Amino acid sequence: MKASTLVKVASQSILKNKMRTLLTMLGIVIGVGAVIVMVAIGQGAQSQIQEQINTLGTNMIVVTPGASRQGGVSRGAQSYNRLTIKDAEKIKRESLFVSAVSPVVFSRTQVIGGQGNWRTTINGVSTDYQIIRNWDLKYGRFFDQIELRQMRRVMVLGHTVAENLFPGEDPVGLTVQVRNVPVEIIGVLEPKGQTASGTDQDDVVFAPYTTVQTRLSGWSRIFQILASTPSSNDIPSAQEEIRAIMRESHGISRFAEDGFTVRNQNDLAEAEQGTTEVMTLLLAAIASISLLVGGIGIMNIMLVSVTERTREIGIRMAIGARGRDVLTQFLVESIVMSVLGGAIGVAIGFAGSNILSQLTGWNTVTSPTTIMIALAFSAGVGIFFGFYPARKAAALNPIEALRHE
Amino acid sequence: MERDLVMRTQGLTKVYTMGNTEVHALQGVDLTVERGEMIAIVGASGSGKSTLMNIIGCLDYPTSGTYYIDGVHVENLSRNQLADIRNSKIGFVFQGFNLLARTTARENVELPLLYDRSRRKIEVRKTAEEALERVGLGDRMNHEPNELSGGQQQRVAIARALVTNPSILLADEPTGNLDSKTSVEVLALFQELHDQGMTVLLITHESDVADCTERIIELRDGKIIEDKCIEAAKAHLTI
Repeated sequence: MKASTLVKVASQSILKNKMRTLLTMLGIVIGVGAVIVMVAIGQGAQSQIQEQINTLGTNMIVVTPGASRQGGVSRGAQSYNRLTIKDAEKIKRESLFVSAVSPVVFSRTQVIGGQGNWRTTINGVSTDYQIIRNWDLKYGRFFDQIELRQMRRVMVLGHTVAENLFPGEDPVGLTVQVRNVPVEIIGVLEPKGQTASGTDQDDVVFAPYTTVQTRLSGWSRIFQILASTPSSNDIPSAQEEIRAIMRESHGISRFAEDGFTVRNQNDLAEAEQGTTEVMTLLLAAIASISLLVGGIGIMNIMLVSVTERTREIGIRMAIGARGRDVLTQFLVESIVMSVLGGAIGVAIGFAGSNILSQLTGWNTVTSPTTIMIALAFSAGVGIFFGFYPARKAAALNPIEALRHE
Repeated sequence: MERDLVMRTQGLTKVYTMGNTEVHALQGVDLTVERGEMIAIVGASGSGKSTLMNIIGCLDYPTSGTYYIDGVHVENLSRNQLADIRNSKIGFVFQGFNLLARTTARENVELPLLYDRSRRKIEVRKTAEEALERVGLGDRMNHEPNELSGGQQQRVAIARALVTNPSILLADEPTGNLDSKTSVEVLALFQELHDQGMTVLLITHESDVADCTERIIELRDGKIIEDKCIEAAKAHLTI
């Protein structure tokens, strides 16, 4: 039989029992619908996390020193410090893509004041830092260019530090001691929470890097340079550009290795993306169980159908249908049912995820890929669960089938 | 004299095993049918008629013996090859009509053509309509079986059997479910087809039906006990 005839014959016999067909398809409809909604939620969460990552540092690029080699042995990132303030200034001056640049100087130290003392990290940064990290202030203000140039003893507290030293208070205008140097608190940052690796991002204080280098730690080393672009599309170009500027700035010859590493926010966020991917998979797997149940429903109905239509099978065999013809007929019937159910399920899944996102405010994402996979999967279910009943039909003895009442 | 044989069986036996007992349904049947003959196979129930018909109709394998139909040695063929023989060489007419429900007369008649593997270029619809016109149902093509009378349903079944132009028309109690008036009409149709050169094999237990053929073969206990030719068969149609 031609394929078109097969589908026609299958559709006819499916339509002869509309209610039953509808109920059988319902299993697939619900299964596919559930998979679509779950994947939509998972992918929605994924894109939301992407957004969160972006707010942690909008389009952030991180330059770290290192990956130097000694006698052919790579010592990894940060083994060799070659970043300077001049690098940061050069990037800021020459780059076409980068809109904000800040060097970062770290120093672990004790901050004394308010309720007592707190050991934390002092970050020496430039005024652009607040833009790069997209970090709002709870109280006060961030330091400005003049304070940076004049190495003023001013400090912005991270939320955790502020809470520990000045619980429930606005500490702006108060003074703390850092290495016996009095420093004025000019602002407190909004909390950002933990990173994926569990580091408290708010357990930190910020001061102008000039102040940190000269007055608070005495270290001039730059641990990293942060930069950001106005648009995420510019990140790859910006990375290349920064690399070129850095090579020029360091006078690195054409064939030598960089001696520094330029990464973007996405590289750093890959681990977090991984977790949500696992979550999406898990949700899809759970939803697939209902698809499985739907498939079993199809198998059940096809078995009933084969028994009911034994005589029809006998007739078809008597007039020359081969076993394979009968097998194909029943297989096509179950595939038509499951694909039709899958298509309806896709429609319902789409509508459902839209409604869900409107009701709950969750972010849901539906994509053409999901449709293709869902349809292919439901066809697969039809083949898998239709095969056994179809084979049973094909194996019938024509004489007994004809005698069947 | 050269005879044009449509089918020949030699020493056909069939043994069924039911539990511990063996049932010898056929015990050496030798049967030769010439092209264009109209034959009745008669016998009481349990005589082996149905078994013989199943084997002749290529629905079943004999336990031993040989069977040729239209030059094809059948008993060693595979299931699929048997299906193809049924499709191309045999036209079945059953007692219970065996039409597909909720399927129009035309679609029922088209069915054997859809399973045709010889890849003949046939116009399925046109061929089916011609077959229906041949049995006098040109005006009932789009009716479903439940909209047709018993006689009309049997005509559809006959059209379905004819549509592939088979070597032999095999009818198993074709009038068993019909009243006497319709039976006569259906038998007249078989007569007509026979006159047009079709080989017809009727299996029946009604002597009236058998009497309108030219040759009556009687089976008892799986053996042919009588094989007689009769004259003026058509006279019986006037009853």
